[in-house]
Amino acid sequence: MAALYEGYTLCGLVPAQNLSHSGIQGIEQERDSDHVVVTDSTRSVTLYKVSDQKPLGSWTVKQGQSLVCSAVFNSQTKEYVAVSDNRVIRIWKEEDILLDKAFKATVSSDVWRVHCVHGGEPVVLFQRGAVRLLDSLLSAPQQPIEEILVQEEAIRWSTNIVAETQQFVIFTTEQKGDHFLYLQRLNPNTLQRYRLEREEPGLGPLSFSASYRDKHIHLLYLYPNGHVYQSVVSVRGLGTEEGTQALPLPRSLLLSLPVGEGLLEAASAMVLDEAHVAVVGVPHPSAGAGKDFLCIWNTNFQTLQAGKEMAGKIYGQLWCYSNKLFIPHGKTLSVIPFVCPKSSLASALGKLKQAKTEESKAPASVPSWNNILHGEKAQPSRTVETRKTRMSRKTQSTPSLTTDQVLELIKTAPVEDVEKEVEGLLSRSDIQDLQPSVGQLVSVLVSRSLTDPAFYTPSTLAQLVHTQCLCHSVCPDLVLLALEKKDYFLCQLCLQFFPDIPEAVTCACLKAFISMPDTDAEKASLDPDSVSFMETLISRERGQVGLQNGFSPTSYDEDRSDALSGGGDVIKTGAEDKKTTTAPSELICPMGLHKAVLLNEVLQTAYSDNFLLPHLKDLSSQHVVLFLQYLQFLYLKYSQDAFPQMHGLRSPSLTQIMDWVCLVLDAHFTVLVMTPEAKGLLLNLHSFVKSQVRLVSELGKIEGSLQELNKMKVNKDVGQYSIEIIELF
Amino acid sequence: MGEFKVHRVRFFDYMPSAIRAMAFNRQSERLAVARADGAVEIFNFSDNYFQEKVIPGQDSRAVEALCWVDQRLFSGGLNGEITEYDLENLKPRYTVAAYGGPIWTISSNNQGTMLALGCEDGTVKMFEVLAEKVQFQRNFDRQKGRIISLSWHPSGTLIAAGMMDMIRVFDAETGHATHRLLVERGVGASKSREVVVWSVAFLSDHTIISGDSAGKVQIWDGVTGTLLRTHLVTKWDVLALSVSQDQSSLVAGTSEGTVIQFQLISSTVGQQDKEWVRTRTFKNHSHDVRALAHTETAVVSGGMDTQLVVRPLLDKVEKNTQESSLRKIVFPHRSLVCCAKKAGLLLFQFPEHLELWRLGESEGHGKPGDSLTVKTKPEKLIQLKRKGEDHICCSALSPCGGWMAYSTVSSVRLYRLQYNNNNIGITKVSRLPKDLCSVHQLCFSSDSSKLFASSSHSSVIVVALNQQECTYLHTLKPKSSSRQPVHLLFASEDGKWLATANTDCEIHIYNLDKLKLHCTVPVYSSYPTAIAIHPLTSNLVVVHADQQIFEYSLEKKEYTEWSRKLQKLGLHSLWLERDTPVTHITFNSRNPAHIILHDMFMFCIIDQSLPLPEAKTLLYNQMTLRSVPEPERIRHSHAFKICKNFQVWSSH
Repeated sequence: MAALYEGYTLCGLVPAQNLSHSGIQGIEQERDSDHVVVTDSTRSVTLYKVSDQKPLGSWTVKQGQSLVCSAVFNSQTKEYVAVSDNRVIRIWKEEDILLDKAFKATVSSDVWRVHCVHGGEPVVLFQRGAVRLLDSLLSAPQQPIEEILVQEEAIRWSTNIVAETQQFVIFTTEQKGDHFLYLQRLNPNTLQRYRLEREEPGLGPLSFSASYRDKHIHLLYLYPNGHVYQSVVSVRGLGTEEGTQALPLPRSLLLSLPVGEGLLEAASAMVLDEAHVAVVGVPHPSAGAGKDFLCIWNTNFQTLQAGKEMAGKIYGQLWCYSNKLFIPHGKTLSVIPFVCPKSSLASALGKLKQAKTEESKAPASVPSWNNILHGEKAQPSRTVETRKTRMSRKTQSTPSLTTDQVLELIKTAPVEDVEKEVEGLLSRSDIQDLQPSVGQLVSVLVSRSLTDPAFYTPSTLAQLVHTQCLCHSVCPDLVLLALEKKDYFLCQLCLQFFPDIPEAVTCACLKAFISMPDTDAEKASLDPDSVSFMETLISRERGQVGLQNGFSPTSYDEDRSDALSGGGDVIKTGAEDKKTTTAPSELICPMGLHKAVLLNEVLQTAYSDNFLLPHLKDLSSQHVVLFLQYLQFLYLKYSQDAFPQMHGLRSPSLTQIMDWVCLVLDAHFTVLVMTPEAKGLLLNLHSFVKSQVRLVSELGKIEGSLQELNKMKVNKDVGQYSIEIIELF
Repeated sequence: MGEFKVHRVRFFDYMPSAIRAMAFNRQSERLAVARADGAVEIFNFSDNYFQEKVIPGQDSRAVEALCWVDQRLFSGGLNGEITEYDLENLKPRYTVAAYGGPIWTISSNNQGTMLALGCEDGTVKMFEVLAEKVQFQRNFDRQKGRIISLSWHPSGTLIAAGMMDMIRVFDAETGHATHRLLVERGVGASKSREVVVWSVAFLSDHTIISGDSAGKVQIWDGVTGTLLRTHLVTKWDVLALSVSQDQSSLVAGTSEGTVIQFQLISSTVGQQDKEWVRTRTFKNHSHDVRALAHTETAVVSGGMDTQLVVRPLLDKVEKNTQESSLRKIVFPHRSLVCCAKKAGLLLFQFPEHLELWRLGESEGHGKPGDSLTVKTKPEKLIQLKRKGEDHICCSALSPCGGWMAYSTVSSVRLYRLQYNNNNIGITKVSRLPKDLCSVHQLCFSSDSSKLFASSSHSSVIVVALNQQECTYLHTLKPKSSSRQPVHLLFASEDGKWLATANTDCEIHIYNLDKLKLHCTVPVYSSYPTAIAIHPLTSNLVVVHADQQIFEYSLEKKEYTEWSRKLQKLGLHSLWLERDTPVTHITFNSRNPAHIILHDMFMFCIIDQSLPLPEAKTLLYNQMTLRSVPEPERIRHSHAFKICKNFQVWSSH
């Protein structure tokens, strides 16, 4: 899930007197992701090293002159380009101290902006819509500049994008309330003009953001009513002819942001990746009407992923360079790092819906349906870090790899190195910080394992699953991979910790577990809690015979003395051989300990009947009978013994067992009826149902009497004095 | 068995008074309890915690501290006086002014020769205990603040005194202070308030333990005067401390209503050096615990919520016995209600006044379990405020409702009541015989012609009543030389017999025709809590504090057959486990085989014609009997018909 990290201040601001303007004209990336050039709204350009929060250089034009647009850095020539007094283009290098002594050229028309993508060539956009590459312009500065825009049409916003090899200048204009989008391709030059659909009358877009992906330019724009639209323009389909006719620009509503009271005034939306949008100046949906928030929304799921309150006035300005958001607010310019990992349904459910449970559980892990529906977490988080690990992390001084480096490493390095590095990474950082990358790590590990049969890192995967930051949709192949590799411990962990395992996968696990030989199962090392639960269950002697849970083993023996002889010895399983003369076969576990433990795990997963049934039908009748025998064994154990001492251990509930019995019977009833081996089993199960029915009817009786008792208990109001008749016997 | 019409009377607004102080006499196992209204009560712990004596309070006497010296009981109060009580005549014997302002605490040395008093003016005053009085001996060095608490060192040479913000240790010989232990104030807002050392205890190993208003229990070394250990036990005040006799256990009472036990044990097994460790917390009170006593087996606590709680220490008693159960003593162990059967009147006794009520009347009949419609409501006829400073100690109403009497420790008052239509006339009988001045119990004869008043040395004064005057007739005296007061009087219906019971457990029967002692019932070791003579058979029924029931034939002067049978079989264990005494016995006029008696939580009709319950029978069997069909009832029924629907003060 996307996250905003703790921000820091890059520099102070000198906002306009009435706070209408932040005092910043623009922020452009410099030589690398850690350097930016900040142009203020009057005269100066400052170079900052972001991570150091420190200016490296500053240049100022003379008093009386002013900069019209933000300065850009031409990384090819290591030069800065700025425009002063509308027509004077200035170019200088970092070592130049005085701007006045640097190169100047005056052009013949007013400039709107200079754009320069990183590694690309600077482009000059004139106020009347013409576009020139800087080099060609400087070769003849006084060359005539054509007018593209009509009278009363003015540029509102512009940007520059490189799509594959093509450079585009994109700008929007406004003419008498109509908004147009211009797509200018350079070399060869083409220009396409689109008309934006009108929003409610009087509302013009507040901000634009353009991005290129999959051969399309995506334009995102925000209206004051909180609507965020997206328009997609194919780069390929751009007509070669100069279109003077404005084409209508199709749009889709991407998000409808809550605006609180009134319309948005200073707000801005920015594309972060295909699914995430950063929005500033829009209220937080669960924090009242204040608009000073920076939020990241997931557009696929329409959910709020992260939000942060910004102190002071928001100016509606927002820049984003390499996973850092630059946002002027109040009197500071803050830098806020963020991450937007690939989203899954489970993680995209987002903070909005989680809001109420968020406080209760410390690490924001994968939300489970349980949490959302019932508001409480069933399992305690197991990833409590100890002071010791924290200490050791702090004292670690050896150079360590970043997440990205580890990701790269996983793709090629041998198993041992990968294990070591991932482990190191996990122990170094807070699970919470690491959460986005855990998903990446697992997907990369899984895909490597799938392509490279020799590569498999069971312990690392188990460790990652243990963080509880994962869910099935983040790494859909993990469970099947574990099954394939016969890593049953990992399977167990996944079944335990993933809230969203599809029924098909659950069934695949069930099938694998039932059909595997007991010897295989015993080799696996499983979660000790669940093993000890099964051990106690199996080892327990047949206790005193009593009427518990409405089910009396005595009456059940009488009911089906024939069934015992009929059903007991037909099904050949490993456990059958261990049959002793003292206990009836139903009370002997029909399968090995570990196999049973794994099946218990399946019994405890969440599922939906409708989705599970078709997959259950795939089980062979042999397996169905075995599974039913096991369920019968569990049921008998549960009915026979009082179970209070089992609390705390992970174990399937009686209801879960009954539900599975019903499901399996539903899926295979006709087959079972035809199978002679299953006759005894079916009769037994029939008696369970009977006893449950009896239990329910007894409970009904008790309920009735308790209700009567309740009515009787209406306390007579005894006053200060009364004369009563009593009868003594 | 039958139907009964029960008047459920809930307008007796009796409110017990808060417990202020407590002193436990280990030799006699008597606990003295002082209440906020000045009354002092003596409980006999060796006889089922029976409240054997009550010394009524006095308006001016606010008892702040109690102290036993051998079998003598002393108190000190905010009126600045020391009082010694006359436990035979149930009144103060004398009072001595200490001239130091209000007395906060009083403590005697182990030898029983000296009393130390802590006074408001900052002095510790020493009084010598003489045979008949106490005599001022001297003052210790005067201190700045009041002396709130005192504790003698068992050797009798040192005294620890708890004051404001400090504890002083005095040399008992010289009267000079030898140590000053500064007690830290509470934190926060209470930093500016002086801390009050509510209680101190001086142990034989020179350890001083203090409890203070900042919620601390502190352990000090009394030799060096240094603080050893602080236990913060409450946010509020630690009001009382009590140490067990072997000085291995200590209890502290707090204003949160908790009692906290500390024990002197070694922190690690096998080590020699022991320390005071907080071990248990008891929460049996809803309000401040003002007074504590640590007996051999139990912690006794009392406070603002007026109840006396005996909490057994389970490591000292055998489990699941009567001794191991918690006991709460809420109401007095004697009847404060008097009923005029024929007139349908009730007399309620309060310390300050008497109330006379007429019972209401119902109309029609109802099924068992019904409440009848009340035709006429109960009516308060008279509220009579007592005269003088002394509180009422006993009262009586004649069976006809025409006479009413009450007594304080200093005087007896008799009133003539006249009813015509709705008017009630009350006239004080002015001239009473002068023998009738200090009595412990009052009782009218059944024809209202005589008033019996128990007086000193277990004697009973008989006074004849007629229209306007009353005349002294006789003083009945027992043959024994008991000096104890008579606490129970019963005049038989036929006017022939008078039964008395005193706190020496003696029961005397007087023949009223001959005005002389008829016989003395063999003395049983437990207190009689209720006595009554059957109107037809003239059998005396006695119930004792240990819940035993005896029936004694006055004619044959021996226990009746039924009584012997009962003793032989033994009473049912559930009967014996009840923890409130039977305070009243009466008989069913419709069925002579019925004895009706009650304690605080139930009333019971004993049907002497039915078999007695055996150990295995269900004692409380009314529900069973109700549910089985008529013919089967006889199989299940036994002599004890117990009804627990009501809390009972009185029955007739």
